[in-house]
Amino acid sequence: MEKPEYTIGVTALNAIDNPGPGIPVIRALREAKSFNVRIIGLSYESLEPGIYMHELVDKTYQIPYPSAGTDLLLERLEYIQDQEKMDVIIPNFDAELFSFIKLQPKLKAMGIHVFLPTPEQFEERLKVNLTEFGEKYDIPVPESEAIFSMDKIADIANDYDWPVLVKGKYYDASVVYNIEQARIAFNKISSKWGLPIIIQKFVHGTEYNITGLGDGKGNTIAAVPMRKQYITDIGKAWGGIAVSDDHLLELTRDFIAKTKWQGGFELELMKNKKGEFILLEINPRIPAWIYLAVGVGQNIPEALVNLALGKRVEPFKKYSVGKMFIRYSWDMMVELSEFEKISTTGEL
Amino acid sequence: MKIKNNIAVSDSGFVFNPATGESFSANPIGMEIMELLKKGTPTQEISNTILEKYETDAPTIDKDLHDFIQILKQYTLIEEHGKA
Amino acid sequence: MEKQRYERPMIKKLESNMPNKFGMRTEYRPMTHIDNVAVKDLIDEYGSPLFVISEKTIRNNIRSARKAFETRYPKVQFAWSYKTNYLDAVCRTFHQEGSWAEVVSGFEYDKALHNGVDGSKIIFNGPDKTEEDLNKAIKNNSLIHIDHLDELYAISEIAPGLNKKAQVAIRVNMDTGIYPMWDRFGFNYENGQAWDALNKIMRTDAMELVGLHTHIGTFMLSPNAYAVAAGKLADLAIGIKDKYGHEIKYIDMGGGFASKNKLKGTYLPGTDINPSVNDFAEAITGALINSNFKPDNLPLLILETGRALIDDAANLLGTVISNKRLSDGRRSTILDVGVNILFTSFWYDHKITPAQPFTQYAEDTVLYGPLCMNIDVIRENISLPLLNKGDHVVIQHVGAYNMTQWMQFITLRPRIVMIDPENNVHVIRERETLDRLLEFEKVPDHLKTFDL
Repeated sequence: MEKPEYTIGVTALNAIDNPGPGIPVIRALREAKSFNVRIIGLSYESLEPGIYMHELVDKTYQIPYPSAGTDLLLERLEYIQDQEKMDVIIPNFDAELFSFIKLQPKLKAMGIHVFLPTPEQFEERLKVNLTEFGEKYDIPVPESEAIFSMDKIADIANDYDWPVLVKGKYYDASVVYNIEQARIAFNKISSKWGLPIIIQKFVHGTEYNITGLGDGKGNTIAAVPMRKQYITDIGKAWGGIAVSDDHLLELTRDFIAKTKWQGGFELELMKNKKGEFILLEINPRIPAWIYLAVGVGQNIPEALVNLALGKRVEPFKKYSVGKMFIRYSWDMMVELSEFEKISTTGEL
Repeated sequence: MKIKNNIAVSDSGFVFNPATGESFSANPIGMEIMELLKKGTPTQEISNTILEKYETDAPTIDKDLHDFIQILKQYTLIEEHGKA
Repeated sequence: MEKQRYERPMIKKLESNMPNKFGMRTEYRPMTHIDNVAVKDLIDEYGSPLFVISEKTIRNNIRSARKAFETRYPKVQFAWSYKTNYLDAVCRTFHQEGSWAEVVSGFEYDKALHNGVDGSKIIFNGPDKTEEDLNKAIKNNSLIHIDHLDELYAISEIAPGLNKKAQVAIRVNMDTGIYPMWDRFGFNYENGQAWDALNKIMRTDAMELVGLHTHIGTFMLSPNAYAVAAGKLADLAIGIKDKYGHEIKYIDMGGGFASKNKLKGTYLPGTDINPSVNDFAEAITGALINSNFKPDNLPLLILETGRALIDDAANLLGTVISNKRLSDGRRSTILDVGVNILFTSFWYDHKITPAQPFTQYAEDTVLYGPLCMNIDVIRENISLPLLNKGDHVVIQHVGAYNMTQWMQFITLRPRIVMIDPENNVHVIRERETLDRLLEFEKVPDHLKTFDL
């Protein structure tokens, strides 16, 4: 049977030292067995490497930052849609997810499908709501408290024992070892991201990550756990290994079943000394290390596209253990004229 | 005062300085002025050209031209010692 | 040959994190008209700066807010929050749409009477009600929302002398899970102050307890906080019914709904993330319907929504005075709009749109007002198209608080016009004049003359 060809828009082409998931997602789509693809890159900045990777990305358009508002984003996507007739868009940046979730009905009317968490799922898993999330779904999370005033730090930190994590509402976190450091972190993070600040109990242990895909009805379509082998200065995985842990998989299926999660996600977990898994964070999108999942037999981006298009997708039942990924960097040669083109016309 | 010889200004308004590796973007009037400067046109003549072509007045163009040239100097796109 | 539109020459370094301004022809569109009236004509005729209020937008806003509540709850009453914008033309538009008046001072109270609002449809809030104010309010059967015990005692002394029962409610403050918690107004729920005050009212003949009031904060982004508040007021009302067999007539949820403005420091624009009136309506009515009130005996629900109904109904037109280059190379633009008439620029990033066509080229700019005062900054950093001297801009969503909190400082305050639904323009407040201001002043005789 002839394979269909889909046109798919992908964001986060920043394959740099703190990489976005765009390029690995595109690699996965290019290896899809059920369809062929034409890839439309959607970029924010003109030096995102993916713009220039023509063997992976067929054409790139710049899109406005989420801070410009959904009206402008929609207007730009309408223009792009006139040229490209995209079937699916896979947004991969945290900061843009809200806009794409909000635009979902309008995109659908334009013929563009997405497969994203519902607004409620997106809201529930926010860092500030993690405690309630854990209670609601009976998933162990680290003790934490959202505070609006620095005076509260001392009380909480003394309850938790040092060190503690000081986290921003949306981004930023630092581990602090005494009250002075906590105050500095409180000021630094609150000046950037506002209040509240979250003080979280520090969980000692080994970090595990899971990427997966929920169909929105409570079924687990895919789930692959990974342990980071090597971590960069800024905490990103430089190498990681697929692991087999029934407990982790059980926990993931439980998470999907209870939340009826729709779309791709990544769970960040800590295994403490007692061997319990504590949920640290839920990222409502595909992670940058997604290619490991593809490499061990679960092509999550392919399945996500099929779900977005309303196709029946059989859950992945297994994956091969004992494979690892090692990231490397690569210096690409780029003609200045290409940089000129994306910079001045917003297209390449 | 003259735009440095090796500076390339493309039709899209993309300006590249091969000596420093910096690139810039100019709007159409900016490009027009850079082309004139490249030919060594005196600023008074540039003012007159712009004034003839666009809906504006002499004080405005004088002020804006002066400011533009200051910025070109700041970006080291202009040869300070060239002839005026 | 016809001359082309002039745009100042511009060159900009391409940084590695260069945003998408270049090649993005859709980034901005000019706002040339307001309700079909050309911005340029408005400024030519009425001067710059100029506040322009759209009557049509006000009516649409109040109608859709009423619809949001009335489709969810049987008895709803809006009361126009005078302090948000007490121009007579604005207040009367709301009164024509059925809104009562909500006032917080004797001055506002008198203004509501002057506008023709019946005393029994004026809600009197706030911590500062003089004896004279209370006298008037009791006589007129106005709804007095008691803020503190001293006021409660004052009413119990005044009312008997007037042979009237004062119609009262108390304002209740409470923890609704939001920060900051407003505990300076009214009586606290959690520590029992509110219950105590209610008992005091029930035990005197001077007052009739007709309602319960709360106002939990300002520019609220969490509808759920209103659900918590409504639930707590319902509990108090049920408590009074159980203890005294007395039924209150209304629950007043106050105001505080966020408008669509963008608060400074937030990442996504307010038009995208701020909850709609529907969201607030769902939270409040849901909480009341789920409370222990009998379904056939629900109290009247009063809302004092101000900002969310008026903010987007007004624009402020301004004109570019000059473009300047600062010492560090940054571009700055001076407008004739200062912070003295645009107070809200201290906490919002107002949307500012040129009123004439422009190209896709833009520059990062500091936007200053015309005052010879360092604080007069409308915006620290905004990416704007290349404006020329004399160009016009439209500053959007300025309807709430600016036309009440503004002050006469250095310059005279400008005109305010309203465009009616047939697109006719009416001056609703004249520009200030020197003569007008001098009427307030008196010069002692010995200071009348001098030699220089």
